[in-house]
Amino acid sequence: MNGLALDIAHLLAGSMVLVSFLLLYQDRMFALLNIFALQAIVLSASIAWQAYIQDAPHLYVPALIALLLKGIVIPLALRRVVIKLGIHREIETVVGIGPTMLLGIGLVALSMVIMLKATSTADPLAREDLAFALSVLLLGLLMMVTRRNAVSQIIGFMSLENGLILAATGAKGMPLVVEISIAFSVLVAFIVIGIFLFRIRERFDTVELEALDASRGERP
Amino acid sequence: MTSLAIALASIAGLFATSILAVALSKLPSRNRVVYSAAALACIALLAVGLLRLGAANGEADAVMTLPIGLPWLGIHLRMDALSAFFLAVINLGGFGASIYGIGYGEHEESPGRVLPFFPAFLAGMNLVLLADDAFSFLVSWEFMSLASWAMVMAHHQEAETRRAGYVYLLMAGFGSLALLLTFGLLAGPTGHYAFITMRAGEHDTISAGLILILALIGAGSKAGLVPLHAWLPLAHPAAPSHVSALMSGVMTKVAVYGFIRIVFDLLGTPPWWASLLVLIVGSVTAVLGVLQALMERDLKRLLAYSTIENIGVIFIGLGLALAFQENAMPAAAALALTAALFHALNHSLFKSLLFFGSGAVLTATHERDLDRLGGLIHRMPVTAFLFLAGSMAISALPPLNGFVSEWLTFQAVLLSPNIPQWSLKVLVPAVGGVLALAAALAAACFVRAYGIVFLGRPRSAAAAKAVEVDRYSLAAMVMPALLCLLAGLFPGPIIDAIGPTVRSIIGAQMPVQSALPWYTIIPIAESRSSYNGLLVFLFITISTLIAVEVLHRFASRAVRRAPAWDCGYPDPSPLTQYSAASASQPIRRVFAGSLLHARETVEMPPPGSSEPARFRLALKDVIWETIYAPIPRVIAASALRLDRFQFLTIRQYLSLVFAALVILLLGLAIWP
Amino acid sequence: MALIASFITQGLQMLLVLALAPLLVGFTRKVKARLLRRRGPSIIQPYRDLLRLIRKEAVIAENASWLFRVSPYLIFAATWVAAALVPTFATNLQFSWTADLIVITALLGSARFMLALAGMDVGTSFGGIGSSREIMFASIAEPAMLLVVFTLALVAGSTQLSAIADFMVSHASLRVSLGLALAALIIVALAENSRIPVDNPATHLELTMVHEAMVLEYSGRHLAVIEFAAALKLLLYVSLIACLFAPWGIALTGNAVSAYVVGALSYVGKLAVGGLLLALFETSIAKMRVFRVPDFIGIALMLGLLGVLLLFVSGSF
Repeated sequence: MNGLALDIAHLLAGSMVLVSFLLLYQDRMFALLNIFALQAIVLSASIAWQAYIQDAPHLYVPALIALLLKGIVIPLALRRVVIKLGIHREIETVVGIGPTMLLGIGLVALSMVIMLKATSTADPLAREDLAFALSVLLLGLLMMVTRRNAVSQIIGFMSLENGLILAATGAKGMPLVVEISIAFSVLVAFIVIGIFLFRIRERFDTVELEALDASRGERP
Repeated sequence: MTSLAIALASIAGLFATSILAVALSKLPSRNRVVYSAAALACIALLAVGLLRLGAANGEADAVMTLPIGLPWLGIHLRMDALSAFFLAVINLGGFGASIYGIGYGEHEESPGRVLPFFPAFLAGMNLVLLADDAFSFLVSWEFMSLASWAMVMAHHQEAETRRAGYVYLLMAGFGSLALLLTFGLLAGPTGHYAFITMRAGEHDTISAGLILILALIGAGSKAGLVPLHAWLPLAHPAAPSHVSALMSGVMTKVAVYGFIRIVFDLLGTPPWWASLLVLIVGSVTAVLGVLQALMERDLKRLLAYSTIENIGVIFIGLGLALAFQENAMPAAAALALTAALFHALNHSLFKSLLFFGSGAVLTATHERDLDRLGGLIHRMPVTAFLFLAGSMAISALPPLNGFVSEWLTFQAVLLSPNIPQWSLKVLVPAVGGVLALAAALAAACFVRAYGIVFLGRPRSAAAAKAVEVDRYSLAAMVMPALLCLLAGLFPGPIIDAIGPTVRSIIGAQMPVQSALPWYTIIPIAESRSSYNGLLVFLFITISTLIAVEVLHRFASRAVRRAPAWDCGYPDPSPLTQYSAASASQPIRRVFAGSLLHARETVEMPPPGSSEPARFRLALKDVIWETIYAPIPRVIAASALRLDRFQFLTIRQYLSLVFAALVILLLGLAIWP
Repeated sequence: MALIASFITQGLQMLLVLALAPLLVGFTRKVKARLLRRRGPSIIQPYRDLLRLIRKEAVIAENASWLFRVSPYLIFAATWVAAALVPTFATNLQFSWTADLIVITALLGSARFMLALAGMDVGTSFGGIGSSREIMFASIAEPAMLLVVFTLALVAGSTQLSAIADFMVSHASLRVSLGLALAALIIVALAENSRIPVDNPATHLELTMVHEAMVLEYSGRHLAVIEFAAALKLLLYVSLIACLFAPWGIALTGNAVSAYVVGALSYVGKLAVGGLLLALFETSIAKMRVFRVPDFIGIALMLGLLGVLLLFVSGSF
């Protein structure tokens, strides 16, 4: 039983990495939002499962937060933003999908090697879970780097943050307050960035971040 | 002892044939005489190699010292299992090329530029294999390079050939320089040039690393490892086709031999990153080679690029063997090395066959450009059938031989999770993927090549009027084709024959395969993996026969010939067929955009104009542009700088000499 | 006695795959039609189609060569042999040691090689378009498939299908790398069988078609044989996924006859589930542009690589 429980936890963590890759692969706005919602749902399931097997009922709170906030509210809100801004066309990526994927695989390999080297005495499954969390984090970062559009950058940021939460719940004994504060910080970030999006659009008629470079004086 | 004497006599015979070829320049049947003599010598050498391989494991190596060459050194010769294996591979290819030459050589415009060098080239390659000291190794290596260079320049009237010869000469010189330094390091400050003393030498990590890199450069430049491959697709196709077959199928194997001899045998313990380096270089070579082949329009150059790919596959096998060896996993190392050697044998077979086929096409049509060929399956049915066999073998399709070596390499990859090094753990799965990618791309490459050259409708008048080639050429093609099939059906005996060679290098060999029922091969254990080419072949044959029989009994047997359907829009012009560029378009868009800088532009005429739209395709050889193209510029710039030294005063010259002297003395003082 | 029984099972399997292949196609078509609120053709329509085709005369283009006439039989034979070597209702058949999973992949590669050549034989633009795209898809799908094989082989310690199936039955557990391999294998199966979203098996006269473009010049019994081979290939992939990832009910070596009956029944059940899921998937998704397909199959390549990497790096499995 215990082995199976750990296996499921491991599988959920692995699916987080998989969904992160799906995020990298998507080049359509709405699909991106759907996948992000999917990632939040997987995350919530993963946290809830951890709560169940660690016998830590306080973990159900972040699971619920992840499900409601990131699985439903934020995607819906972003959807409205996208419709309002009229940017539901294809996302322009800075790097092509193929190279991005290869980079992503390289990052996963890197986090695997680092985690397994750093924690050579711990339980192998726990080590791999940590490695998965690190991969999700790095893939979120990669997404922020390789996308031009502000909305997909927000999603990259939040997927990065999902990686943090995954790491936190996997490691036993993360205080509840920290988790809740992380969740709310994301909400704040979302609101701030959302407002910024509209302000940017008002000023520059686009949400392509490269358009902003000109006003920084970087481009003549 | 006697076997070595027979080998030497045959090599001497080859040299004599060379001289004879010059002496008999008036004889009308000179072509036949020279090639027959070369074929005979190859048979003798082949027999020597096979006998040594077939002999019991414990047989002592035949050693001989000839009192010629450098004073106090002489020429040391030795035949161990490794040289015997390569003797067999090389003379098998040499025999085929000689037979092919009997027919093909008749069409040669300037036989005087090929005939004297052909036997000399064979002799040079054989001497490299038998050499047991650095001096004779290097001399025979150079001899081999120069003889092949002379044949590359046989058609020196063409500007492209002259460029190919120039680049080849430069690269061969560069490679030999690297080998010279390798042997210098191997011999050490007090060392001796005989291999036997080199083997006993100890090397610290720095010099071992340098030896590895220099050997990789020296042997790799001859084998065609990226980025040292630039000369190969120029030089191999420029020679007459049977010489191309020898250079591509056989001479590259001499280079592989050189690498194995230096790194596995003489060096002793290579540095820990040796396997990493070889695996990376091999993977890059495999993928870039096959991609370039896919983009190529010239049939012979396509085959040359495909050689580069296969060399990459062989070096992947060697890299795996190095990785296993350094981690004391002899069984796995033996499997990887067997796979590499098996692939070397296979490649020499099917690449010879394919170059013979391209020679036949060249004889029949005087065309190498894919876009001017087509439909040859109707005009040259035997060549077409044999070329198909070669294409399937090189595409690693069961039940032919290419698949067996590829399969063995995959099995070796599957043994590697036990390797402790992190870098290898991350790299090896990627290498496995690259190997599979290269195999799939090779299949794509040969679908395209075969489909455009032999299938479809002829794209030029020459292709429409082609006739089948002579019997000698066909016979020379039948032999490797048959061997490709046999090696695919009965891989067990071949693995066993490679066994002693592998044992002499690794200290272990794969389990004996011949005793297994039905010629199955089982690399490690039956529960792990097994393959039976013979049964697969039989099953396919029986199923085909059943299908044919059932259908011809129950189905309508009526056949009607009609114009092609083509969705209702058939066009009589053969130009509407897929061309060489369009057949590779999907793959080009997927892979070549970033790797080869493929750029497509379509120029549309302005509205109302009746001019045709033009499609332009630009490919950039990234390696040539980044590595080779800057060299002349750098040389010119530095020459300009150094030019000032031509115009110094005597006092300045003296001070230069004085400074040099003081610096040297200082160096001597500081030296530990 | 045991030998004879084992020969009989092997023979039964060869006939079984032949008998069931068109049925699977018919079933999938029927489910698709029902999902689209059509009545759809009868489930045994593919058999009727095949019979109709073999009764017709074969019309061959004037400049078709012998390769054009030989290829269909070779394609069929290679696919049939491959399909007969995948365990369906029982493992460890008489000849299962002949070929491992790598060989089965390569056998399908041989069939594709011949098919792509046949597409170029007549020298029409449609044949060329189909062949050139098919080899492009294959150049990504084949490495992806081999990486899936690597993953399975590393988990089960064998590339033999029977051994892997036995292992899966006895050591069933959830593993991330196996999940990745399953996803990759499904994508490869969709691509190899020219299903939506890679290619549309129901279209003709459409510029994005691949498989249909290659076989455009075929008619009569040749077309029948090729269609049959395509059906066999679909069956092969469904059986492969079933025996690797859902091996429950499969008869093991030395089981009683009743186990074989259970195996056969569960196999038919698995095929039905496979066909159902395929139909559901195909009705819920649109076909892709041709040059988006490499990205799609590229996912399989990536998943396969990730799976192998996981197994390599963390030796814990």
